Amino acid sequence: MAIIEARGLARTFRSRKRTVEAVRGVDLTVGDGEIVGFLGPNGAGKTTTLRMLTTLLRPTAGTATVAGADLLGNPLGVREKIGYVPQAIGETMGGTDPNCLVIEELLDQGALYRIRAAQARQRAGRLIDQLELTGLEQRLVKTLSGGQRRRLEIALGLVHQPPLVFLDEPTTGLDPQSRSNLWEHIGRLRSELGTTVFLTTHYLEEADALCDRVFIIDHGVIAAEGTPDELKRRISGDVVMLRVAGPGGAARELLADQSVVREITAADGTLKLTVEHGEQALPSLLRVLDAADITLESINLSRPTLDDVFLTLTGRSLRDDSPGGPGKGKEQP
Amino acid sequence: MSFIRDTMLVFRRQERLALRQPAWVIIGLTQPILYLALFGPLLKGLPGASLGASGNAYRFFVPGLLIQLGLFGSTFVGFAIISDWRAGVIERFRVTPVSRLAIMAGRVLRDVVTLVVQAAVLVLVGVAFGLRAPVAAVFIGFGFIVLVAIGLASVSYATGLLVKSEDAFAPLINTIVVPLLLLSGIFLPLTLGPGWLQGIARISPFRYIINAMREAYLGHYFNTIMVEGIAVAAGMAILFLWLGSRVFVQENA
Repeated sequence: MAIIEARGLARTFRSRKRTVEAVRGVDLTVGDGEIVGFLGPNGAGKTTTLRMLTTLLRPTAGTATVAGADLLGNPLGVREKIGYVPQAIGETMGGTDPNCLVIEELLDQGALYRIRAAQARQRAGRLIDQLELTGLEQRLVKTLSGGQRRRLEIALGLVHQPPLVFLDEPTTGLDPQSRSNLWEHIGRLRSELGTTVFLTTHYLEEADALCDRVFIIDHGVIAAEGTPDELKRRISGDVVMLRVAGPGGAARELLADQSVVREITAADGTLKLTVEHGEQALPSLLRVLDAADITLESINLSRPTLDDVFLTLTGRSLRDDSPGGPGKGKEQP
Repeated sequence: MSFIRDTMLVFRRQERLALRQPAWVIIGLTQPILYLALFGPLLKGLPGASLGASGNAYRFFVPGLLIQLGLFGSTFVGFAIISDWRAGVIERFRVTPVSRLAIMAGRVLRDVVTLVVQAAVLVLVGVAFGLRAPVAAVFIGFGFIVLVAIGLASVSYATGLLVKSEDAFAPLINTIVVPLLLLSGIFLPLTLGPGWLQGIARISPFRYIINAMREAYLGHYFNTIMVEGIAVAAGMAILFLWLGSRVFVQENA
C-alpha cells in the first residue's frame, strides 16, 4: 500500500516579478514501510518538495495523499500522521530550542500531538533509551553535542509514533561515527516499528547504505528512481578494466562482439569495458579470452557509485555541492 | 476548545523560557524606572497649567511611561520569533496538529502577563515617588496597556516572521515606534507645542490612549476622551491581532 502518492506536485515562487518554477510536476509513490532517499543538488527542488509533502508549503498544482489523508483537503490529517525532522544546518536549524531541557522538549512535543501527559512521559522515556539520550534529560539543549542534539530532534519526530517520518538531511554536519550510529537508529525504526522513512541526503553512501529506493530530483522534476543498484546498473553499467599480454587488438575485437559489452575503449594497453551485470558477465568474458588463448595480466571490476549516477543524470556531482558551501539554503526564497 | 488548550501550551512553554532568563524582564523595566527617577523631577518644575488639570506631575507622567513600557516591550518581541524561526522551532510546531494561531496567541499571552507584572512594579515605584491616583484608575490603565500589548505584539511577531532578519527588523521597528512615541505626548504635554505639532499628533493612536489613561488617573471615567481612548485601543488591538493572525495561519510562512 502506498503511504505517499503524489501526482504532478508543483510549486512556483514569484519574487521581484520573476517566476521561479522550483518544482515542476513531481510524481512520487512510496510504499508502506519503505526507506526512501531523495537526492538532488541544491536548488533542485528537494526541500520544496519535502515542505509541500509536510504541509509547510502549499503546492501551486498537483495532488497528493500522505499517510492516508489528502494533502490539500485535509492538511491537519496529514500533520497528525507524520513526523518531521527539519534539516539542522543552513538558514534554519533542526527545531529544538537551545534554552529548553531535553525532557521538556520531548514532553512539549507530546502535548503538541495531544498525547496525555502520562503516556507522553512513558514514550519520552522509551525514546530516551532508544536514541541513547539517557542521563541527558535535565540538560539544556544548547549543552548537547551535535550528535546528541540531532538524536533528540529525531526523537521529537517520533513521539507520536507516526507511520511516516520525514528526515531532512538527518546526518548532515555530524562526524562519521555519529552518522553511522544514526543510520542504525533509522534502520531500526523500520525493522522494529514498521515506520516508513522519507529522507533527503547529500551523502551518497547514506542513500546507498540505508535506502530501499532512491528518487533523484533535478530542475524540479524526478530525473530517475529505483533501488540504488538498479540506478547504478541502468545509468552507468559496471566497468571492467583488463590488461592482456601482448597486443590488445585481438582481445578488443573479440570482446566488442559480446552482447553484454556496451562500450569498449583502450588506453595505455588497458581495455575499459562498460558491461551490464558485471559480476555475471565476468566469467563469460574470461571464457572467451581463454578460448582464444589470450593471457590476462590483470582484471578489475568496479561498480559505479551513486555519484556516477548523479553525474550522468544531472551533469553535476553531488559532492561539489557539499552542505555549508555557497548556495546553501538558497533553495527557499 | 483545542485552540485555548494549544494557546495555554505555547504560553506555558514561553513562560518557562522567560523565567529561565528573568534578566530580560528586569532590563525591560529599567528604562521606564530611569525615566521616572531622572525625568520625572523635571516635570515637577513645570507650571501646573501645562500639565493639564493633573496638578500631580506623576499622574501625568506614569500613564505615559506605562504606554512607553508597553510600546517597547511588545513591539520588540518579534526579535524572539526570528531566533525561534532560525532554530527551526516555528516549522517544527507548524508540522504538528497544534493550532497555528496558538503559536502566536500563546506568545502574545506571555507578553501580556510579563507586561502587567512590569506595569505593576512601575506603578508601585511611581507611588514611592509621589504618584497619587485612584486604584480603579490603575486597573483601567492596565486594561489599556493590555490592549496595546495584544495588538503590537501580534503585529511584531508577524513582522518578525515575514522579515526573518534581526538586521532589518530593528531599524524597521524603530522607524515606526519612535515617531509614534514622540507624537503621543508621553514625556511632555503636547499642548506645550505649536499648533502644527498638535495637528500631526492626531494621527498617533497612542495619543488618544494616553489621554484616556490620564483622564482615568484624574478620576474621570465617563467622558468623550475615555470613549475615544477605548475605541482606539480596542480597534487597534483587533486590527493588529487580525493582521498578525493572518500571517500565522497562512499556509506558507
